[in-house]
Amino acid sequence: MFRFVVRRLLQMVLAFFGTTLIVYALMFAGQGDPIQALAGERPVTEAQRAYLTEKYNLDRTGVGGFFYRYFDYVGNLLRGDLGESLTGRSIGEILTTAWPVTLKLALIAMAVTIVVGVTAGVVAGMRRASIFDNSTLLLTLLVLGIPTIVLAPLAQYLLGVKWQVFPPTAGAQPSLYALLLPGIVLGSLSLATALRLTRTSVAENLRADYVRTAKSKGLLRRRIVSVHVLRNSLIPVVTFLGVELGNLMSGAIITEGVFNIPGVGFNLFRGIRTEDGPLVVGIVSVLVVVYLVANLLVDVLYAVLDPRIRYE
Amino acid sequence: MATAHLLEVDDLHIEFRTRDGVAKVINGVSYHLDPGETLAVLGESGSGKSVTAQAIMGILDMPPAVVTAGEIRYQGRNLLARPEEERRQVRGREIAMIFQDALSALNPVFPVGWQIGETLRQREGLSRSAARNRAVELMDLVRIPAARERVGDYPHQFSGGMRQRVMIAMALAMNPKVLIADEPTTALDVTVQAQIMDLLADLRRDLDMAMILITHDLGVVAGVADRIAVMYAGRIVEHADVRSLYRAPAHPYTKGLLESIPRLDVRGQELATIRGLPPNLMRIPSGCPFHPRCPYAQQVCVDVVPHDLALDDGRTSACHFAQEVRDASARR
Repeated sequence: MFRFVVRRLLQMVLAFFGTTLIVYALMFAGQGDPIQALAGERPVTEAQRAYLTEKYNLDRTGVGGFFYRYFDYVGNLLRGDLGESLTGRSIGEILTTAWPVTLKLALIAMAVTIVVGVTAGVVAGMRRASIFDNSTLLLTLLVLGIPTIVLAPLAQYLLGVKWQVFPPTAGAQPSLYALLLPGIVLGSLSLATALRLTRTSVAENLRADYVRTAKSKGLLRRRIVSVHVLRNSLIPVVTFLGVELGNLMSGAIITEGVFNIPGVGFNLFRGIRTEDGPLVVGIVSVLVVVYLVANLLVDVLYAVLDPRIRYE
Repeated sequence: MATAHLLEVDDLHIEFRTRDGVAKVINGVSYHLDPGETLAVLGESGSGKSVTAQAIMGILDMPPAVVTAGEIRYQGRNLLARPEEERRQVRGREIAMIFQDALSALNPVFPVGWQIGETLRQREGLSRSAARNRAVELMDLVRIPAARERVGDYPHQFSGGMRQRVMIAMALAMNPKVLIADEPTTALDVTVQAQIMDLLADLRRDLDMAMILITHDLGVVAGVADRIAVMYAGRIVEHADVRSLYRAPAHPYTKGLLESIPRLDVRGQELATIRGLPPNLMRIPSGCPFHPRCPYAQQVCVDVVPHDLALDDGRTSACHFAQEVRDASARR
């Protein structure tokens, strides 16, 4: 297990450089004149141009110059300096205010997924072809079929504007209550997937030979289901939830955009829209690390849950 | 009623009602088991031997299975008429069962010691450490080497034979009076098969249990069983003590089975087989279900269902020509 983790950490280093390099290249490849882009519509004086060229190492041209700037950037990144956005704000600061919001949102979505999705999935799996099973299947199909870009404004309009159950937008310092509706919308997709996954897994495990054995041992059905079947059924579900938590933490661009939540996804979207290269690359680099760590944790958790998996 | 047996299956009928139709899986099976004896139930796949056993345990999936008639009496009480809770009390404590494929029959995510001790913790109220110690004892009993070191291992870390021993240890945890072994050696290779059969025979004797040994392998049966019930298409076609059945089978099906065992002492002879296939249980042939495959078949076999014909020395055979078949076999 130790060797596995070490090897995975080494792979993560490679993945980190690979992804940041690609994002860095893509973000700056599209720009014509970065200094003009920085200044916007205003004219740039010669003195300013010289200063900025110096500051961003733009005097170095070609591939060599690109890599020089990339490694300069990564070097700063590893020292914890994410640089400044084009608007002059510290990217590190932007992220420290955005993260807690996104984290809260992600945790709400995850809680909804686990409490509703997994529970309903277990019940549906145990009562296959019942009314409950069929209606949840239909509902999840509906949720999976509607894209978030439709679902989020719809929920916002109905529950936020028309019936006014929840505040329609979150605002700068969102309360937990204001994040509830966006959290549910964000979680609905993983909820539907988790429900279906749990249902199939439970139904499959109920037919397994070891259930017959447990029955012939004279165990109570309650115990057979809650200990034997559940433990086996949750292996794929936990894996899915772990990956999903990584996804949720990396911000929900659409949901945060629709509900005006100043989280990571919201800032990322603003960065892309305003062609703010440093901001986009900064956020994505951090997200890459979060995602890689989440995946590593899932793999380790997987081995803990299923003794048949041993990483060597 | 005659003297009460320990376990008695009486005219059991079971159907599987599926979307494709009704399969008559068990059609009037009767057998009994007395304390301390070993009954072998022999038959091809689909003959209903496992289904009968699962009906005794009460672990059949209902639906699709439906018991349409018959009784299963344990110590005189009809289990089929008892509430689920009472049946659960019988499972494991009175009648225990081991299965064919120990890898899939054991839960992959729990240590073997945990699984062996589970019933003791749940039903006898033993503490974790006491159950663990008892699990080690049971593993010693079934001759798993280094039991104390291996009690925390998982099923996939054991070899096939050792896994089956774990299954046996688990079944013995509650000191059952009856052990049902459903093809316990089918998934194992030949040398290990013999070890497991020896172990089962020894345990049965030492712990004074009765055993139902379900198998399709005549070779497995010979050294272990006291009596044999041969099943075909959900019926018992022949029932006899081992010695006389091997010496002179009284049903053409049993005779066919015995003749299809390869023999080392007869050279250069083509191996005998039973022609045809076992019947589709949704369309069991009229009369004697074996008649399409039977070399003795006459018109009466097509028209009339043969009843159990009692032969001397307490044997029965469900064949119109039982006497002739037996005499022909004996002369050979």
